[in-house]
Amino acid sequence: MVIEVHDLVKTFNGTTAVDRLSFTAGRGEILGLLGPNGAGKTTAIQMLLGIIEPTAGSIHVFGKNIATHRQDILQRLNFSSAYVSLPQNLRVMDNLRVFAGIYGVANWREKSMELLRLFEIDGLAARKTGQLSSGESTRLHLCKALLNDPELLLLDEPTASLDPDIADKVRKLLRRIQRERGITVLYTSHNMREIEEICDRVIFLHHGRKMAEGPPRDVIAKFNQQSLEQVFIRIVRDGELQSSEQKPAQ
Amino acid sequence: MNLRRITALLLRYLLLYRQSWTRIMEIFFWPVMDLLVWGFLTSYLLQVGSSQVPALITFLIGSMIFWDLLYRAQQSVTISFLEDVWARNLLNIFVAPVTIGEFLTATFALGIIKVLVNGLVLALLAWALYAFNIFQLGFTLIPFVLSLMLMGWAMGMVTVALIMRWGHAAEALAWGIPFLVQPLSAVFYPVSVLPVWLHPIAWALPSTYVFEGMRQVLATGQAPWRMFWWSLGLNLVYLIASGVFFRHIFGIVRQKGLLAKLGME
Ligand SMILES: Nc1ncnc2c1ncn2[C@@H]1O[C@H](COP(=O)(O)OP(=O)(O)OP(=O)(O)O)[C@@H](O)[C@H]1O
Ligand SMILES: [Mg+2]
Repeated sequence: MVIEVHDLVKTFNGTTAVDRLSFTAGRGEILGLLGPNGAGKTTAIQMLLGIIEPTAGSIHVFGKNIATHRQDILQRLNFSSAYVSLPQNLRVMDNLRVFAGIYGVANWREKSMELLRLFEIDGLAARKTGQLSSGESTRLHLCKALLNDPELLLLDEPTASLDPDIADKVRKLLRRIQRERGITVLYTSHNMREIEEICDRVIFLHHGRKMAEGPPRDVIAKFNQQSLEQVFIRIVRDGELQSSEQKPAQ
Repeated sequence: MNLRRITALLLRYLLLYRQSWTRIMEIFFWPVMDLLVWGFLTSYLLQVGSSQVPALITFLIGSMIFWDLLYRAQQSVTISFLEDVWARNLLNIFVAPVTIGEFLTATFALGIIKVLVNGLVLALLAWALYAFNIFQLGFTLIPFVLSLMLMGWAMGMVTVALIMRWGHAAEALAWGIPFLVQPLSAVFYPVSVLPVWLHPIAWALPSTYVFEGMRQVLATGQAPWRMFWWSLGLNLVYLIASGVFFRHIFGIVRQKGLLAKLGME
């Protein structure tokens, strides 16, 4: 297993952000983490990255405990999100060069150009990062996230600022990379159609608790709905529904 | 500690300077302004004619340069950190396999580079404008400068820890913290000027030994090595204490999930 999370809990002075969450993710799997605002998705991802300390429970990535092997684990994964960006004053290429150095990537120049081409922004290599449009900088950030050939990608709303055409291309790219290299991806998004398209399996979080889990089609069927979007609305509106009734697939 | 990662982090700061004239200006602006004001003030005092003035000029300019070195060392740590906060880049660095030690070492190294460049420019200016030749004193002053840098780093670490913990509210500290020790560390006047009950506090600060030592070097040409060793010893204590404090605060920051929130308030 690439990710093994067991009984994970996080409370911030009294409020429970993540509540006894357990799940696993296998090699080459794209796992969607869904749920309304404040459900605990970002908190869970940041605990996986070791930048938030869990209140209870355990996290193993690549079979190693994040509490004791943070460095080793971080070397083999990467992260991208709409809420981080790269230094605006540096050129696109310089930013990739710095992170290539941090991750110890050999031949950073070729690697960077290859990734920029993959995301169709190789024409911007010499530009200052601050001059990129938000969609272009999102794609640059994905290049950064692929620099170290990660075995695991944690993507927290990575497509938030992409136009439909580019978002579609990015999804197909992620799919392709995942197929070719067997990368595991943990993905959050509020776009249910996107999730249905890209994810092998989804986990619904509500108030930090796992409400449902399974391949999108199975989850939709289990809730007697037509789409994930309807499932989402149903789960949020019947928030008080007991998770025990649903017997989430594990 | 991994040299490759430290170099990459340092490169990121250096590239920032290559890309930005305003940042390069910022390195020199305050030191040069300080030097001009203090230099011309002492020149004026010289005209008015006081018997002690020649020594006073040297003391004031020397103090000014040394103070600036201390300030720069602290700033290099805090501003580097704030640059990452402002750029929303902090998370990128902390989700990479970078240790706190490597991160801080890169900012220390940047401090050394800035101080070298700055010290050179100030020394040249002081020589050109006021015929103050700091190198005339030989290299006796260099150990004192190094000791001062250590103190700047310790203060920088404490400042960064406070900013991580209290966010924007603490950002003002980034600029202010060095001035907290200024009145007590005998920067522009000897400790003997302070009221007696403040003496123990003054002598608990490594900077006091450096500034007193510097004045002795300027006055006699002889380095008071005892002063130097005291400052160095105290600095090591302060550095270790700041490191422990930083670690402790970093633990709290991870508990409270503040790292991702920095710069977003
Ligand atoms: N550092 C923090 N301190 C206190 N409470 C926090 C902190 N971070 C998150 N929370 C709270 O924890 C809960 C989960 O937040 P989280 O950011 O994980 O949600 P999310 O699922 O990512 O939501 P969104 O879809 O809006 O991004 C929320 O109630 C939030 O207010
Ligand atoms: Mg979130």
